[in-house]
Amino acid sequence: MRGVTPTTAIGPRGSKPKRILSTRNIVVYGVLTVAAVYWVIPLYVMIVTSLKGLPEIRMGNIFAPPLQITFEPWVKAWDSACTGLSCEGLKVGFWNSVKILIPSTFISIAIASVNGYALSFWKFKGSEVFFTLLLLGAFIPYQVIIYPLVILLRELGLFASLGGIVLIHTVFGMPILTLLFRNYFASVPMELFKAARVDGAGFWRIFLQILLPMSLPIFVVALILQITGIWNDFFFGVIYAGTLNFPMTVQLNNIVNTTQGVKEYNVNMAATLLTGLLPLVVYFISGKLFVRGIAAGAVKG
Amino acid sequence: MNTSKRPNLWLRNMSAKVAAVPMIATALIVFVGCSVWSVVYSFTSSRSLPKENFVGLKQYERLFSSNRWVESVENVFIFGICTLVFSLIVGFSLAVLLDQKIRFENTFRTIFLYPFALSFMVTGLVWQWMLNPQLGVASVVRNLGFENFEILLLSSREYSIYAIVIAGLWQGTGLVMVLMLAGLRGIDQDIWKASRVDGIPAWKTYLFIVVPMMRPVFVTTLVIIASGIVKVYDLVLAMTQGGPGISSEVPAKYVYDYMFGRANLGQGLAASTVMLSTVLIVLIPWSYMEFRDKQEKSV
Amino acid sequence: MNKFKLVMLSGAWCAFALGMVHSQAVELEVTHWWTSGGEAAAVKVFADAFNDGGDVWADGAIAGGGSIARPVIISRILGGEPMGATQLNQGRQAEELIEEGLMLDLTELAEKEGWRDFVRPAKLLDSCTLDGKIYCVPINIHSFQWMWVSLAAYNKAGLEPPADWYEFVASSQALRGAGIVPLAVGGQAWQLSGMFGTLFAGLSGVDNWRKVYIDRDEDALRGGITANVWRAFGDARDLQAKNNTVQNWNDATTQVINGKAGAQIMGDWAQAEFALAGLTAGKEYDCLPGLGIAPVLDASGDAFYFPKVDDPEIVQAQLRMASMMMSAEIQVAFNLVKGSLPIRGDVDMDEANECMNKGLAVLENENNVLPSGDQTFSPDTQGQLEDLIIEFWSDPDMDPADAQAIFADIILDAD
Repeated sequence: MRGVTPTTAIGPRGSKPKRILSTRNIVVYGVLTVAAVYWVIPLYVMIVTSLKGLPEIRMGNIFAPPLQITFEPWVKAWDSACTGLSCEGLKVGFWNSVKILIPSTFISIAIASVNGYALSFWKFKGSEVFFTLLLLGAFIPYQVIIYPLVILLRELGLFASLGGIVLIHTVFGMPILTLLFRNYFASVPMELFKAARVDGAGFWRIFLQILLPMSLPIFVVALILQITGIWNDFFFGVIYAGTLNFPMTVQLNNIVNTTQGVKEYNVNMAATLLTGLLPLVVYFISGKLFVRGIAAGAVKG
Repeated sequence: MNTSKRPNLWLRNMSAKVAAVPMIATALIVFVGCSVWSVVYSFTSSRSLPKENFVGLKQYERLFSSNRWVESVENVFIFGICTLVFSLIVGFSLAVLLDQKIRFENTFRTIFLYPFALSFMVTGLVWQWMLNPQLGVASVVRNLGFENFEILLLSSREYSIYAIVIAGLWQGTGLVMVLMLAGLRGIDQDIWKASRVDGIPAWKTYLFIVVPMMRPVFVTTLVIIASGIVKVYDLVLAMTQGGPGISSEVPAKYVYDYMFGRANLGQGLAASTVMLSTVLIVLIPWSYMEFRDKQEKSV
Repeated sequence: MNKFKLVMLSGAWCAFALGMVHSQAVELEVTHWWTSGGEAAAVKVFADAFNDGGDVWADGAIAGGGSIARPVIISRILGGEPMGATQLNQGRQAEELIEEGLMLDLTELAEKEGWRDFVRPAKLLDSCTLDGKIYCVPINIHSFQWMWVSLAAYNKAGLEPPADWYEFVASSQALRGAGIVPLAVGGQAWQLSGMFGTLFAGLSGVDNWRKVYIDRDEDALRGGITANVWRAFGDARDLQAKNNTVQNWNDATTQVINGKAGAQIMGDWAQAEFALAGLTAGKEYDCLPGLGIAPVLDASGDAFYFPKVDDPEIVQAQLRMASMMMSAEIQVAFNLVKGSLPIRGDVDMDEANECMNKGLAVLENENNVLPSGDQTFSPDTQGQLEDLIIEFWSDPDMDPADAQAIFADIILDAD
């Protein structure tokens, strides 16, 4: 808890509180609590709805806790919700997402970290120009390049395959990750690098033996960024992954838009929660590192 | 003499150059190459497949005479302005409140930021459920005795885009708050000491001293939000599918629909080119400013 | 539909398939957008038959209707990584893919099995044909021009069920008074534009329809009959539920099934949902082809295409699938579940229900048959019309006359 250690240099800076029950405190905590309630309610409603039976949902109080808790919607969402003929639930999408996630995350981070390293210590003529172009690329609306990328992947024989979607995630993850690593390595003292050079270490040795061991935090940050980003992707998945590799988000959209008979709100909510589960877990575990990641990636840019 | 040195110079730093190949390829082939391709083919009458039958500005004429495109642009403006204003104000306010040396800071921050970890698909579906006119929040209020209470956001032409704003804010404001908080923590502590000595009230210090000092943070945040706004697609798809009617259509969806679904590639590319130009108009002056600032710093 | 007969039919097909010479089981990915309960049951007939033949049907259903699914399907084919087989609308878009040489030529199989001899109406095969070659398998006859009436809803309101559109409109106030939504509507664009087309065909008659949709005649487009249709569509707009958020067509059908809504204008595939819910035509629900006014149906239908691949094993499997879909047994079994009519003139539909028979009666007269929109306009023009129609539908202040003017402009401009 950073807030209770006022001696640290990066502690909060507001004027110091005098009494616990001052008007100021009431206002501060009051507003924060109201805001927090607003932010929590949707999650609460999701959970509650997913644990109710359909008759209870139709009674129409989305805030009421379930009278009778049922896990059936969860089981159904995971195991047997239908799209067309395949009634295998979200689990197919989950495993597809895992298959996409693991190679995409590792390849994109490996490439971006080396890029960032080259840009900080081994600048060459034009390296900054390419980097600027890359950064501008992060702001290009994807819609501009989706079609030519279809052609490109087709020529590479990678369209609608696992390899194709991994390549796409690597490409689109590159700007922000490269920026992240470049900024991090830029804070490493140049003397360290020069000393290694004097010892005769080359490009790869410096990277692997000196920088890697001291850069664990930034790799974790990049990992968090990529895991949540790739897991949450819908747009690239629907275009480039191919029907058999549809990630979980696409499958979720399929399932909630399929009704056979009655619309099962509880199953839909369970499916929605299941899809959000992994990034939420990553988020709650990583806590500060997650915050650091987005703050570092964004503010320092 | 010179000729013997050249290859040396070229070979120097070779590993770094090799390592940078993916970056260079991405920048040149994907970002520059593909964009140029799209712009070029936006001047053709391509249908399902790209064809080099150039028709001048015809696709653009049609684009701007299309009700749906005009509506899409209006919507993205409404969405953009509301999102910018509210997320900056709310995000900054929350950051200031969290900066008051309070208890449970981490808990609050965790709560405000968690939606940012979710996909737009998930966010869209949750809010679609919350705002469901029959069974959502509206029905709870009705059960409390306000029998005519209705939340018509999702089913009304005028307000459907605001439903998307609400969901977008819920997801994105936490990010703004975190960025602002980082900015606040980066302010020199002496400023606070000085203003306290001078007896300036805290709110004045924030408004007239801290905010101007945080200009770079605001600009960066602005650019980040703005680039997200242009791309908004998943959220619309999950919540309203562009409806009712065409009332919540957005440019990104227009492009996608025309490119693949309606087999009018030229039209889709023209729309995407307009999106690209808009982004560049904002981006180039910004990056120029950033670049100039950095030059000055390094001097 | 009794289960026993289905099993028998699949068994018969199985024996037939085993008789064919093929070396090994091939997995074919099949994409389609049939995800409602009735539709999925119908697809299962195909899938089971294909699997029984020793191959594997890998189902690639895409939810959200054709407008969501088509982009996925088209981009897959364009991206050079095609599926084994796919549902696709016949017409202009498919034509372009065929011209690019991306679709498998089925002519040889069609000639061997004599498709031309038994496919009825013959125009179904024509719409699969380009330059004398056949590229798709028509699998059923569907038509959009139906109105489905909930007799339960009318009973509840104490009203006589309507015999045509005008009576329905006249009864709508009373329905509302009884707490029943007059018209069940799903908000997806294709449904609204289909409803508009149905009103058009029903209210204006075949002649005016042809003038507008085929001849693109300016006088007809801007004339009084077309204006009537737009006004009627405006009436329909007022009959939907307030704050309607229903999206899927089958969710709207469910309202009719439960008696919560008076009627729905929807294609004959809606019948599969009634059947699945155990309702009988004439008893719990009624059907009015051509809205009970003009007996017109568009007799279009669904078709499957087989993207071209290099692997001869896969090509063989594609041909096996095409042959299976065309076979008499599967045609009967599939269409009974789907609620559509078989495309073969040489099979018995003994089990056809009252509504199917009404449809067959209308189709007997060639003059009652309209070509469907897919064949008259490009997907681009259809898309523009859809945009107009959904805009009009969602905006109660949009004047029918204004909409008509834009409508005429789009069609006169169409390529």
